[in-house]
Amino acid sequence: MQKYSILSLIKNAFSNHQNWEVAWKDPEPKKEYDVVIVGGGGHGLATAYYLAKEHKITNIAILEKGWIGGGNVGRNTTILRSNYMWDANGLFYEYGMKLWENLSQELNYNVMYSPRGIINLAHSDAQLNVYARRGNSMRLNGIDALMLGREELKKKIPFADFSASARFPIFGGLMQPRGGTARHDAVAWGYARQADSMGVDIIQHCEVTGFDVQNGKIEGVQTSRGNIKTKKIGLCVAGSTSLLAEKLNMKLPIEAHVLQACVSEPVKPFLDHVVTFGAGHFYCSQSDKGEMVMGGDLDGYNSYAQRGNLPTIQHVLSEGVAMFPNLSRLKMLRTWGGIMDMSMDGSPVIDKSHIEGLYLNFGWCYGGFKATPVSGWTFAHTIAQDRPHKLNEKFTLNRFNTGHLIDEKGVGTKTWIG
Amino acid sequence: MLEIKCPYCGKRSQNEFSYGGDASVKRPELGKEISDKDWDDFIYNRKNPRGKHSEFWHHIAGCRQWFKVLRSTATHEIFKTAKIDEEL
Repeated sequence: MQKYSILSLIKNAFSNHQNWEVAWKDPEPKKEYDVVIVGGGGHGLATAYYLAKEHKITNIAILEKGWIGGGNVGRNTTILRSNYMWDANGLFYEYGMKLWENLSQELNYNVMYSPRGIINLAHSDAQLNVYARRGNSMRLNGIDALMLGREELKKKIPFADFSASARFPIFGGLMQPRGGTARHDAVAWGYARQADSMGVDIIQHCEVTGFDVQNGKIEGVQTSRGNIKTKKIGLCVAGSTSLLAEKLNMKLPIEAHVLQACVSEPVKPFLDHVVTFGAGHFYCSQSDKGEMVMGGDLDGYNSYAQRGNLPTIQHVLSEGVAMFPNLSRLKMLRTWGGIMDMSMDGSPVIDKSHIEGLYLNFGWCYGGFKATPVSGWTFAHTIAQDRPHKLNEKFTLNRFNTGHLIDEKGVGTKTWIG
Repeated sequence: MLEIKCPYCGKRSQNEFSYGGDASVKRPELGKEISDKDWDDFIYNRKNPRGKHSEFWHHIAGCRQWFKVLRSTATHEIFKTAKIDEEL
């Protein structure tokens, strides 16, 4: 594989950038693979990469219905964080943060990891107490957390509404300084390029139409490009999980919901951090191009449409304007939607299933992008060793049966409330 | 913007309604032997189809009645609405 560096950039400039190697090949599917990953999104690509790198399994196919990076990995708001309270989440996402920190070097691909800090604003004393509790839990797990007062916040986010007339006055906030953003497309492409170089077949425009299960064991997969034999299948198809599970006669504890995001026209540097509104559901950051990247609530009804409706955008942006009044002057550049697997306790599943050789990775709710490296890393371990890693051993499917829920947000089984 | 026909008030904009989830989920009958699996299916597991989906909506900023809607989760098209005790 061609190494990307300043020297290779200069060298290729002399040939007008006509002679770069393709970043990944476009192979025909083989008859048989050791592992088939269904879904060529961030998690699927990362899983294949860590299977090859950490577990030396390279006879792998990634089957993608569309094109890689065309689903949720290209539709999110690129936020990275591990500011969780429960141990299962905190330790898992914190391992992910450590993977993020070296990802550009590891993949030889600039994922533009930007640890600019994420700030959760608090708008009452009670909310500050809750954040202090969360911050303390984070620090006990070795995660960085800082409580910020109103005066410190005035320096960090001067354009927020600190006026006496603010409907939701800012009392303070919780900051994770190592939180931040990364360039989502580069993450997908970086993993794809490295996985491909280690022998993984990335097969795009190949839809899985059925599974070959005999005596409770996976024997193969049927696709729009022919049947493929395999003993192990990893399902990484957030947004379509229930549709593939139905082919296996499984009903899962998720609903599909559309989550919208939007960006404004580009403006000069205005916001240095990722900031979330505490009196509603709104978050924003400023991209390197200068656009304000914003998101918030689900549209709130089951949907596979990958597009939402205007009332939700209006609702979310009204919260944004309450937080940063001068956002009201910006024009919107574009909006889009992605389909979330909203799980019933707000946490994901990375687990084996009752079918031997079928491994499940779903239920990421709003939080799939930041989990890309650690989800791939733990899922690869689960597939290769046929048992979960300690980091994902609590993300089981049967926790809904045994009552060991990981209900970080404590909102219960109304997934559309989120 | 969805336009939802409340069986009591007629067609109104989405802003007046709130969602109530899958209407095909039935609570296990009281007084009968209920398995763990029945409870799981009632509380957590969902069919989550792509296509026609029967669901509850609440006309919360209107007549405040709950009712049923048959809607496509693929296109958001609404085929039919009905009162809570009527068949869709």
